[in-house]
Amino acid sequence: MSGFGEAHLEDADETVRVRFVVNDRKVACEVAPRETLVDCLRNELELTGTHAGCEMGACGACLVQIDGRAVHSCLMLAVQADGARINTIEGLTENGAIADLQAEFHRRNALQCGFCTPGMLINAHELLSQMAQPSREQIRDALSGNYCRCTGYEAIVDAIDTVAKARSAGGTT
Amino acid sequence: MVTNLASRLVSRWDLEETAVKAKAFSYFRAATIDQALDAHARAGDDARFIAGGQSLVPALSLRLQAPRLLIDITHIGELRGVGREGGYLRIGALTRHCEMLSEPLIAEFAPLLHAAAPFVAHPAIRNRGTFGGSVALADPASEFPAMTLALDAEIEIAGPSGCRRVKADDFFIDLFETALQPGELITAVYVPLFKADQRFAFDELARRRGDYALVGCGMLGTFTGEHIDDIRISFFSVGNTPTRVRGAERALIGARLDAERIAAAQGALEGDLAPPESDEVPPAMRLHLARVLLGRLLGRLGEGA
Ligand SMILES: Cc1cc2nc3c(=O)[nH]c(=O)nc-3n(C[C@H](O)[C@H](O)[C@H](O)COP(=O)(O)OP(=O)(O)OC[C@H]3O[C@@H](n4cnc5c(N)ncnc54)[C@H](O)[C@@H]3O)c2cc1C
Ligand code: FES
Ligand code: FES
Repeated sequence: MSGFGEAHLEDADETVRVRFVVNDRKVACEVAPRETLVDCLRNELELTGTHAGCEMGACGACLVQIDGRAVHSCLMLAVQADGARINTIEGLTENGAIADLQAEFHRRNALQCGFCTPGMLINAHELLSQMAQPSREQIRDALSGNYCRCTGYEAIVDAIDTVAKARSAGGTT
Repeated sequence: MVTNLASRLVSRWDLEETAVKAKAFSYFRAATIDQALDAHARAGDDARFIAGGQSLVPALSLRLQAPRLLIDITHIGELRGVGREGGYLRIGALTRHCEMLSEPLIAEFAPLLHAAAPFVAHPAIRNRGTFGGSVALADPASEFPAMTLALDAEIEIAGPSGCRRVKADDFFIDLFETALQPGELITAVYVPLFKADQRFAFDELARRRGDYALVGCGMLGTFTGEHIDDIRISFFSVGNTPTRVRGAERALIGARLDAERIAAAQGALEGDLAPPESDEVPPAMRLHLARVLLGRLLGRLGEGA
């Protein structure tokens, strides 16, 4: 990477070319430096499964995986993600990584309008990859940054709890 | 919130411009400290460093800040890593909140930071937010800045005129104001290694897990048996800056830790703290919560915690 040049200051609203691997596919797009990753995913790449709610880190609707970790895509600029591997809810659905969680959310009515669901699933996925047998309290703690305006959370915790137990019993639900 | 954050940020509805999109800026990804400092200077200091972005990106989106240039410091290798250096643990500025939980050296040599980390925001924010960013921002409701005070840590700063180390005691000046000058970068924080004769305790009172605390406290004591040789106690969410409670410390140093001393320390808080007026948490209530929390934590210290 070269050093700083005064030219950097002239191109405030000019787009920059960024490259990522999104859902195992290489993509390149032109973004303005001020564009958040959630806007880039939704508007440039048309991956609208990632939702934009509060756009300030409070609701968790915009969670994606960056290099394997859950991250708020409203709290990251697309330029910052240049070179990263990104998984969105679409990619995790296609590759089957969260199929059991999705089936259990469905079975237990752990979603109503579904606005919060992609973020809930990404956080649940990360929790279960770090902790095989979380307690209900640990599940609630992990979801503390995810708002659901519909379900009252109980069914969401039930669903994650059930999948955790099924996974550690060695079966898939 | 979201409490503090939202009440601070959500006042955006009062702004004429309710757009949640940032004003245009340029972006530069620095590879070295020198490049970052140089870029800042050449932008006439109308620039911001961005680390985890977990506080800065919302501030940009809400147009509370509108710099001409954003300097991404997350690719600067010199700012990474945790390691022992003499009697200190050197914690690189880019150490993420989640690493404060997972890094064995922190659990062993700076256990107070390890204990505070689960209280910082939510898991996904901990995946991006950095220790250096938290200390630089100096939010009076934040856990880590207050813990640097309890730990007698030193903050390493790089700037146009070279490198210096500032004691945490001299670092926090006023609301979001620190010893950092415009264009200066925190490179690392040095924490004295935790010793066998020391004990620590941390806790906070919040409405919900992950929210900013109504009151929070951390402490580090050095003991001979039950005798307190030294103790540093630091509160957060009690005023404009993280705050050491020196009166309470004095009530404890040189004494045996017993119920009478704990009551004396609690009594001293009234002189140590001057909580701000607030509709949500009136000063008397915050002071009461601080006393409760102090009693609880000293009790744990007495049990050897
Ligand atoms: C919903 C939500 C809840 C949160 N809850 C909590 C909480 O409970 N407790 C808590 O402590 N925090 C909380 N945070 C804040 C979070 O911990 C931030 O990560 C942290 O305050 C800032 O770190 P950062 O790396 O993200 O910094 P950034 O957002 O990148 O930067 C913050 C400021 O520090 C400056 N800066 C960053 N790094 C450096 C450096 N090395 N040298 C000099 N200046 C630097 C930047 O220029 C900027 O002004 C919350 C955030 C959100 C969005
Ligand atoms: S849209 Fe990102 S947290 Fe709400
Ligand atoms: S299902 Fe509607 S917000 Fe959760």
